[in-house]
Amino acid sequence: MASISQKTIHQYLRHNKKFPHVWCSGCSNGIVLGSIIRAVAELEIPKDDIMMVSGIGCSSRISVYADFNSLHTLHGRPIAFATGIKMYKPRMKVIVVTGDGDATAIGGNHFIHAARRNIDLTVIVINNHIYGMTGGQFSPTTPTNDFASTCPHGNIDPVFDVCQLAIGAGATHVARSTAFHSLEVQNMTKEAIEHPGCSVVEVISACPVIYGRMNKKGNASKMMENMRDNSISLKAVEKLPEEKTKGKIVRGVLKKDTNIPEYTDSYAKLVERLKRGNDE
Amino acid sequence: MPRKLEKSRDGVIILKDDTPEKMEVESNEVDASETYDKTPVYIYYNWCKKCGICVSFCPTGTLAMKSDGTPYVKNPEKCIHCETCDRLCPDFAITGAKRGGDKNEC
Ligand SMILES: Cc1ncc(C[n+]2csc(CCOP(=O)(O)OP(=O)(O)O)c2C)c(N)n1
Ligand code: SF4
Ligand code: SF4
Ligand code: SF4
Repeated sequence: MASISQKTIHQYLRHNKKFPHVWCSGCSNGIVLGSIIRAVAELEIPKDDIMMVSGIGCSSRISVYADFNSLHTLHGRPIAFATGIKMYKPRMKVIVVTGDGDATAIGGNHFIHAARRNIDLTVIVINNHIYGMTGGQFSPTTPTNDFASTCPHGNIDPVFDVCQLAIGAGATHVARSTAFHSLEVQNMTKEAIEHPGCSVVEVISACPVIYGRMNKKGNASKMMENMRDNSISLKAVEKLPEEKTKGKIVRGVLKKDTNIPEYTDSYAKLVERLKRGNDE
Repeated sequence: MPRKLEKSRDGVIILKDDTPEKMEVESNEVDASETYDKTPVYIYYNWCKKCGICVSFCPTGTLAMKSDGTPYVKNPEKCIHCETCDRLCPDFAITGAKRGGDKNEC
């Protein structure tokens, strides 16, 4: 496999205008952006055929830095915009980049309905377990008993599992990895872009400045080490006894189903049928 | 986004100032003699934010950190071009990839 060099990656960045980027030192968002660009570069999709849609949040700033067609929308609403784009231009590869708050809190409704419709979007949920941009309010993925600025005495909320939510709602390609496993994220993104249907990739990421500091998780490197040590691949889970896998982040493709009709396909078929006039 | 964080009375860190400050851009002084072609590992100091991830995860000890957190190439001969630093740098600021492995390279 020819390697993708930084030079290639820099060709996909809005190089002259926007860098160095706005994210804090050690924030995983940049690593995830790198993995997405490597995936697109490897698939050799022309930049103009990619539509990158994002909401509001630190993670959602990714669309600002990648030199694709981009749409930086409202907090929680990227999937709604993306659905519109995909319906109008089904040949476009639509990639949604969203945060945990963006996707599962304010945007939870759009998220489950895109999954239910099985519309061909690639939704990359960057889960840093907190609202980073607005200063550390807890999100639906903040672990119970962890601290955030809106739960200074510990979080009492149970947690959303983003992947299980997507599977339950009907997404047909669901995968999870961490920012540390950047090659895995790259391969999962590749597979997700090629999958004809709603695909969700959850990337566990590090927010060392807000989440990390509030929960004493150490510096960026320490948080990355934690991702390495506290995660386990799906294959290993099947082999190991339950007590060894308890509490670990399971990485891997959790669901893949290519037999469910894709939404824009169904719509095109409907239009075709009505054009022929035999809808009775 | 660099922001001012302060401890509140309960010891919880709170946000003081919501306006993103402009990121200070590092000067290009460090290792300026090393050009892209000559060194096995090239660091773009203009973009580097001194997070230390490249130094922590380099498997061979090629990289080291100055006292202010700036990464530098300490043992260039040790680099095995594994690209770990390329992949894990959040700022696109370092490359240890083998030159000539990519058709886009000049
Ligand atoms: C409608 C609306 N409500 C609230 C906000 C404020 N707001 C901006 S970003 C954000 C949270 C983002 O958190 P998340 O999606 O987890 O992304 P992160 O910053 O953690 O990457 C909020 C609440 C907004 N911009 N618009
Ligand atoms: S606040 Fe957290 S998520 Fe936002 S840029 Fe900083 S480290 Fe990243
Ligand atoms: S390419 Fe690998 S060995 Fe070389 S500096 Fe980077 S991490 Fe170290
Ligand atoms: S990983 Fe990148 S930003 Fe962090 S210290 Fe190394 S070169 Fe600088």
